[in-house]
Amino acid sequence: MTALGDVRRRRIDELAARAGQVPEGEGGVSLTRSAIRRLRRDPVAIIGAVIVVVFLVVAAFAPFLAPRDPLAQTLLSEIRPGSIPGGREGFPLGVDNLGRDLLSRLIYGSRQSLLIGVVSTVLGVVVGMALGVLAGAFGGWVDTLVMRFVDIVLSIPSLLMAISISVLLGQNQYALMIAIAVTQVPIFARLLRGSMLAQRGSDYAVAAQALGIRKSRIVFGHVLPNSLSPVIVQATLSLATAIIEAAALSFLGLGDPDLARPEWGAMLANAQGFLSIRPELAVYPALCIIVVALGFTLLGESLREALDPKFRR
Amino acid sequence: MLRFIVRRLLQLIPILLGLSVLLFAWLRALPGGPAQAALGERATPEAIARYNELFGLDEPLIVQYLRFLGRAVRLDFGTSARTGRPVTTEFLERMPGTIELTVFAMVFAIGVGIPLGYLAARKHGSWLDSTSVIGSLLGVAIPVFFLAYLLRLLFAVELGWLPGSGRQDVRMDATRITNFYVLDGLLTREWDAAWDAVLHLILPAIALGTIPLAIIVRITRASVLDVVNEDYVRTANAKGLATSTVRRRHIIRNALLPVSTTIGLQTGLLLSGAVLTESVFSFGGVGSALYDALFARDFAILQGFILMLAIVYVLVNLLVDISYGLLDPRVRVR
Repeated sequence: MTALGDVRRRRIDELAARAGQVPEGEGGVSLTRSAIRRLRRDPVAIIGAVIVVVFLVVAAFAPFLAPRDPLAQTLLSEIRPGSIPGGREGFPLGVDNLGRDLLSRLIYGSRQSLLIGVVSTVLGVVVGMALGVLAGAFGGWVDTLVMRFVDIVLSIPSLLMAISISVLLGQNQYALMIAIAVTQVPIFARLLRGSMLAQRGSDYAVAAQALGIRKSRIVFGHVLPNSLSPVIVQATLSLATAIIEAAALSFLGLGDPDLARPEWGAMLANAQGFLSIRPELAVYPALCIIVVALGFTLLGESLREALDPKFRR
Repeated sequence: MLRFIVRRLLQLIPILLGLSVLLFAWLRALPGGPAQAALGERATPEAIARYNELFGLDEPLIVQYLRFLGRAVRLDFGTSARTGRPVTTEFLERMPGTIELTVFAMVFAIGVGIPLGYLAARKHGSWLDSTSVIGSLLGVAIPVFFLAYLLRLLFAVELGWLPGSGRQDVRMDATRITNFYVLDGLLTREWDAAWDAVLHLILPAIALGTIPLAIIVRITRASVLDVVNEDYVRTANAKGLATSTVRRRHIIRNALLPVSTTIGLQTGLLLSGAVLTESVFSFGGVGSALYDALFARDFAILQGFILMLAIVYVLVNLLVDISYGLLDPRVRVR
């Protein structure tokens, strides 16, 4: 254990340890099933899920939902320095400073923003889990080595980390995704390792060992699946963080430079220059980011409660 | 306790070494390498070759790393390509502003967050409770720079109540001693200068403090709800202690332990993460310098500032751990 962020780590570990507790008296009902049952009764979970599903549907069917081409510039005579027209016939939310339909851009933007969020989180989860499994399954010096590395990465504040990676990789959408993913890796690595350590001493793992089952089988067939619930919860919450962080990086000029892909963060960053003329240009993309982030957060929090045996009702 | 602190300090060494390796590798891995970083993006190949020779960049990496480490220990991170001044000087000049901003933001977050979280828990299920829960969710979901812009637009541009940029009115000819503007004003008894600096801090502090505020409200509420149901609170009530005593001695004191952790963590983050807020308000602290360096691709500043900020972050975390050890004796034993 090192000094740095000890508390932050302890919190990750506590979450992980909690997953190790077995619910009492859930006669024969699997944790997954009882979690789903609880989620269905939880209004918070339903609100979160509805928000997420709505945005996913919008992203999937963007070409059918958007009234116009998000890239087509309509030359309106009202677009002058100091004036950008608002909503009107055919442009329900008005246009941006280049005469592009705002509503269509918002709809298409959901694709890119969700994509960045999902890809970077999946990347962070996969790499983080690989490190976590390494540390959790082997223990010993592998564990020490992996965790030392994770501690060092954790010691750089996440935004600074993302900035460094973006600068290094240049400006494109993959760099953006990788930069965000890197900030997530240590969290997942630590979480899964802690969760696996908590599972390793449990009766079923010892029993499997006593039966002479191969180690890889115990790790991948028994310990790992039982250690996943804190990772699932954190991944849902991380989706929200990733989308917000992508917006921040766009604001810092490290976003996706390809203008052919409208993205909320870039739209928001771009609209700052016209805030006093037409605040709506910034407000709508910001609202989209806030609502999506809220949706994932609500879903994540209710998942946490549903998967946590302590909250079993 | 002393052993606890010494042990923690020793544990810093591998972290700092790892950090230095990472940032050393970072600068090498950049297209163009350190020569480009020092000479700027438009440097000619001849100039780069000359620079590499001059600063021993043609030597083996391990030699270069040790040399870098030697300089880093003396806090020498080279000079800024943009201003030509030493990176460390720039950093030390700007850090007081960031510290001031962080302090104000945390005062706002703690001052509003703890009472709000406590009240929400006491009135569990009331409208105040649900409002603060929703508010704390929103506070984390809103992009900081957008909030900063909104605050600036509303209170500085439209209403004109508060200044919206900089750390002090440029017309104000204040004496500088420590570069902490508020403190300087108080020390030199230039009350209007101090007050002006405070006014300049309000909007950025609110923008910066919103995330910690949201988190503090949530943690305080959850932790008070936990503690209220503890056996020792029931015991205290049962033995007939006055409600106010139970509250003060049993509930609040115990509930604030996890809150103090959060406060420490968030302080560390703010000290290092004010890039967004500071640049919106052109605040002139470390964060806005990073923002400028980013756009100017001033790599010397980026490398030096990120390393020094990471050290600040690590040290603040260490302080948090130590103070946690002081607050909660159970931690020391482990």
